[in-house]
Amino acid sequence: MMTAKRDVLITGIGLVTSLGEGVAANLEALNASAPAIVDDASFAPYPIHPTPVLDLDKQIPKKGDQRQMEPWQRLGTYSAGLALSDAGLAGQPDLLSRTHMVVAAGGGERDIAVDEAIMRDGKANPERERILNERLSNDIRPTLFLAQLSNLLAGNISLVHGVTGSSRTFMGEEAAGVDAMRTLSARIAAGQADIGLVGGAYSAARADMLLLFRFGSLLQSGPHMPVWARGADGGMITGSVGAFLVLEAREHAEARGARAYARLGQVVSDRSNRAPGAVKQRLGELLQTIAPALPKGPLAVMSGATGIGGPTAEERAALEAFADEGLSVRATGSRIGHAIEPTAIANVALSAAALHHGTFFPPFDPSEAPVKAAPEAILVTSVGHWRGEGLAVVARA
Amino acid sequence: MAVTDHQNRPTVVITGAGVVTSLGQGKATVWSSLVAGKSGIRRISRFPIDGLKTTIAGTCDFARASNDAAPDLSFRLAELAVDEAVVESRAGQPGNFPGPLFMAVPPVELEWAGRFTLADELLNSDPTYPAIMAGPAVMHPEWLARFAFGGVAERIADRFGTKGSPISLSTACASGATAIQLAVEAIRRGECEAAIAAGTDGSIHAEALIRFSLLSALSTSNDVPEAASKPFSKNRDGFVMAEGAAALVLESYAHAKARGATILGVLAGCGERADSFHRTRSNPDGKAIISAIENALGDAGVAPSAIDYVNAHGTGTPENDKMEHLACAAVFGERMKTLPISSNKSMIGHTLTAAGAVEAVVSLLTIRNGMMPPTINHNVPDPLIELDVIPGVARAGKISTVMSNSFGFGGQNVVLVVAAEPA
Repeated sequence: MMTAKRDVLITGIGLVTSLGEGVAANLEALNASAPAIVDDASFAPYPIHPTPVLDLDKQIPKKGDQRQMEPWQRLGTYSAGLALSDAGLAGQPDLLSRTHMVVAAGGGERDIAVDEAIMRDGKANPERERILNERLSNDIRPTLFLAQLSNLLAGNISLVHGVTGSSRTFMGEEAAGVDAMRTLSARIAAGQADIGLVGGAYSAARADMLLLFRFGSLLQSGPHMPVWARGADGGMITGSVGAFLVLEAREHAEARGARAYARLGQVVSDRSNRAPGAVKQRLGELLQTIAPALPKGPLAVMSGATGIGGPTAEERAALEAFADEGLSVRATGSRIGHAIEPTAIANVALSAAALHHGTFFPPFDPSEAPVKAAPEAILVTSVGHWRGEGLAVVARA
Repeated sequence: MAVTDHQNRPTVVITGAGVVTSLGQGKATVWSSLVAGKSGIRRISRFPIDGLKTTIAGTCDFARASNDAAPDLSFRLAELAVDEAVVESRAGQPGNFPGPLFMAVPPVELEWAGRFTLADELLNSDPTYPAIMAGPAVMHPEWLARFAFGGVAERIADRFGTKGSPISLSTACASGATAIQLAVEAIRRGECEAAIAAGTDGSIHAEALIRFSLLSALSTSNDVPEAASKPFSKNRDGFVMAEGAAALVLESYAHAKARGATILGVLAGCGERADSFHRTRSNPDGKAIISAIENALGDAGVAPSAIDYVNAHGTGTPENDKMEHLACAAVFGERMKTLPISSNKSMIGHTLTAAGAVEAVVSLLTIRNGMMPPTINHNVPDPLIELDVIPGVARAGKISTVMSNSFGFGGQNVVLVVAAEPA
C-alpha cells in the first residue's frame, strides 16, 4: 500500500478570462475592482462574459492548427501554453514527454449556419430525416468533428505544445474540473507521476450550450448582477475561461529550481441528489472532511457559485455555518462569469496567485466581507449547475 | 498470488465482468458468437439511410426504446453491462456498490429531434438560434441532465450506488481502456478497495455516422454487412461503427480474498503514451504506440515473451492496422509473425468509446476459456502485415497473459495487460 504522500505544488498558471490574458492581468483587474466585461447583446436577453482578443500566434504558431480548432479549443490550447511557459516547461521536450495531462472538457460546438438552415428546411416537414442526411453530408466541413470531440482539446495540446506523458479527458461539467485536479494531484502525491498539466476551457459565446441552459431555466437574464444578489430565481451568467495549472511534486520542482505559487492541498468531491437542503448537507460533510487541512481563524473562500438560486444560497449557508471564526467569500462568477468545467481550476489558479503575493481579493459584491489579514490558505468551492459538489484547499507553498 | 505486485502496489484483480454488443447481451451470448465467427454488423434500420455513404453498423437495436437519444441508449447498455459485472462480483449489496465509478462515455449533445422540436415550437418565426433564445418560453428541463456530459455516469451511479463523484471520461476510441486504467491507479493508491470501470457507446445516429464518414474513416462495403469489417486485410476500407458497453469490477486482491470473491483474472498492467504528430494519425515512427506497449509491459512486470495473445485494436482502417502492426513488430520482433493476434471488431464492429472495455472483457474470456476468437473476413491478406490474425476460425490454446491495445484520435494510446490468476 502506498502511504507516503508527497506535497503537490502549483508551479505554472495559464489563465485567460474576459478580464484579460495571464494570471497577473486577472489578479490586477480583480484587485482593482475593475468592472466585469459583459456582452449583453449577442445572446440577448442573456448576458455573457466574452473571450478577450488573443494574439493566437503567440501560443498556437501554426495557422493550420488554429483553423482546425473551434473557439473553446483555441482558448484552452492557448491557456495551456501560458501555463507551460510560466512553469518553464515550454520547449523542454524531456520534461514535456513525461508531463501527464488531465483536461476537463465539454465539447460540441456547432456550425450555427448549417444548424439554422436545416432547422428551417426541416420545420414541420415530414421528410426532415432525409433532408438531414443530405444537408449534413454536404454542408458540414469534415474537420468540424475534430473541433467537437471532447478529447481533442487535450489532443491539440499534445500536438501544439508537445505534452505526451499521458492524456486523459474528464467530462461531466463542473465536477470534471474538480475531479481532474483531484486525480492528477493524487497521482503526483502517490508517486504515479512527478509533473502534470490540468485544466480546461469554456467559450461562453456558444448558442448551443446557452440553449440547453435556457431551456432548463438556468440562465440569468437582463442586466449583469453579482452572484449573491441574483436571488431565489437567479441563474448563471456564463463566462469564457481558459485555466491551466502545472502541478508538480515538491522534490521535482525543487530539483529543477521551479518557482511555486502555492501548494495544492486536499481536493474532495462528491454528489448530492439536489433535493432542497442536499447541497448544504453535502458541502457540510465535505467541509468536515477537509477541516484538518485548513488553518485556524477566519476562512477565505474563492467560490464557484453559479448564481442559480437554491444551490447558491445553500452553499453560502454551508460556509456561514462552518466558518465560525469569520468568513470572507469571493464568488468569481460575479466578475468572470461561470465557466462550467474550468471554473474550479480558475479559482485555484487565482487563489494560488493571491497566496504567492500574500494578498486576498477585495469584495466582489457588498455582501462579501473584507479580510483583516492575508490568509495562509484559501478554500475553493464548486457547486455544479446541475450536479456535483467539490472543495479544494490551496495553501502557501 | 501475493496481495502486492512487483512494485509493492496492491495487486488488482477482476471479480466481475459484463458485456453487451451487436452480438447480443451478456458474456455467454457474446462469447459463443465470437468463437463461432459470427458478425453483428447489419443494415441500419433506425433512421433513413438515403444518401449515406455508409449504411451499415453494429447496432444494439434489441436494447433500444423507440424514442431513445444517444445518452439514453448509452445508459441502457451500460446498465446491462454493469449489472452483469456487479452481480457476478457479489461486491456490496444491490444498489450499494462499495467503491467509485470510472465511466467512458460518448460525447453527447442535444440531437436533431430536439432541434426540430424547437423549430416547430417557434410556430411562425424563422428558426434561428437568436429567435429560439428569445422565443416562446416552452421549457425543456429534462434535456439538461439528459444531454449533460456527466449525465450517463450520474444515472449509473444512482442505479448502482457507487461512491463519490462519478468520473465521466473520454480518450476517444481508447476511452474504455482509460476507464480501467483510472480504476487500477485508484486501487493502487489505496483510495478505494473496489471500483467499477465501464465503457459505453450508444451513439449511432445520422449525424454521428456522417461525421465519421466525412473523415473517410468508415467502411463503405455496404453490400454484405457481415463482410464489411475486415481488419488486417489488404482490401480493408475503414471501420464499422457499433454500439455496446462493457464493465469490470476491479478490486484489490486483499479485499477480494478477504470477502471470498471468485478471482476471474488479474489486471496486471496499464500503459499509456500520447502522440503529438497529427489529430487523426500516428507518427509514422510508431514511437507513441511502442512506448504505450512498453509502459504496459513494464507496469505489469512482464517481458514481451510472457504475452500469449494480443487482442488488437484492429479497426480495419488502412492507417490503424498498418501502425499497429509496425509497433507490435517493433516490440515483439520476429516473434510477432507467429504471436496470435486477432480483432474482435471484425465481428462486433468498432464500439468506439466502449471498445477498450469490451476488449478487456473479451481478453478475460479468452484466458478463461482457453480459446482465441478469430479475425473474420480475412480473405485477402495484406502482404505488408505479417501477422497470425487467427483468420476465420477460433483457435484453442492455453492463454495466461493477454495484451489489449486501444488507440484513439487525438494521439491517444492505451495498452492493458490482463492475466490469469497464477496457479
